[in-house]
Amino acid sequence: MKASQVKVCVLRIEGTNCEEESFAAFKRLGTRPEKVHLKQLTGTDVAHEEKRNLSDYQILVLPGGFSAGDYVRAGAIFAARMKSKLSKDLVGFVKSGKPILGICNGFQILVETGLLPAMSGVMSEVPEAVLGTNDSGRFECRPTLLRKVNKGSCAFTSRISPDKISLIPSAHAEGKLMFPLEKAKKIVRELEDNDQIVFKYVDPEGNLAGYPWCPNGSTDNIAGICNREGNVFGLMPHPERVFFRFTHPDWTRSPDGPGDGKAVFESVLEYVAKKL
Amino acid sequence: MVIAEVRVELKKGVADPEGKNTLKALELLGFEGLKDVKTVKVFDIVMDDKSPGEAEKRVDEMCRRLLANPVIHNYSIKMK
Repeated sequence: MKASQVKVCVLRIEGTNCEEESFAAFKRLGTRPEKVHLKQLTGTDVAHEEKRNLSDYQILVLPGGFSAGDYVRAGAIFAARMKSKLSKDLVGFVKSGKPILGICNGFQILVETGLLPAMSGVMSEVPEAVLGTNDSGRFECRPTLLRKVNKGSCAFTSRISPDKISLIPSAHAEGKLMFPLEKAKKIVRELEDNDQIVFKYVDPEGNLAGYPWCPNGSTDNIAGICNREGNVFGLMPHPERVFFRFTHPDWTRSPDGPGDGKAVFESVLEYVAKKL
Repeated sequence: MVIAEVRVELKKGVADPEGKNTLKALELLGFEGLKDVKTVKVFDIVMDDKSPGEAEKRVDEMCRRLLANPVIHNYSIKMK
């Protein structure tokens, strides 16, 4: 499938605020992105001509922001609304191999929905993980360094070489990935065995390091994970904010070239071109 | 009409940075002998159900579908 044929659904509700950058990244790569409100997919309170079908799209993006004001828990309301009306469509979308990307609030939504980490099956009935309050107890907005640890399963990182360190900014108050305490170690081992861990927060030498390199205290410094098939991917940092080199915080001191986040979008398009 | 009080709290062992920061702030204000501060979320849900039993079942489903994440939360329901 050619890029110009690829339809990207950038899904939002009230409080989503990173849809423009996500839209722009996909537009720049020649695809046909569209900003779609959740109500357009569920068909509630919208005119007939505004209704959309999830199955008409090849890529689903859950952008960052503060959906529904982050009330109850970050991403919980978006997830519950999506799950109550679109469960079947979402499961079908994932099963057909189509990719889903969740950035920041989008990652929180994927975890609350049960589409990540999805240890068994496509979507768990209740969440198997949570993105909890940062250890610092406050909003952390800073450039973060991510080392790619995925060995090849993830559809969104094929164009990033193994162990490469990318500068991708973080901006969140709830980004600490946690699993049920009593079995956290076992779950992390299982994620490693399944090649589901994609990015880890590191220092400039590539070592797993504490605050501020890891902005939130996440389990094993995990910044992003994918499902077992690799077509559902969520991460806290924002690759869409460093699509271009000139939006890097150190752009005047670094060599010319694309921004570090661009490879995420190029990888998934390569995946779609091959698989769909 | 019934009112359900839902109390959502963090499981034992789960970090509570907001609670810890509040504890620190209270100590900075000069309060002594404080052992711990925990943050808890309480929802009062006002319902027009006739039977408290049925209402409690519905509230339990609300907790499972939205109000609590079983990975870090315990919840309790009190019918008022």
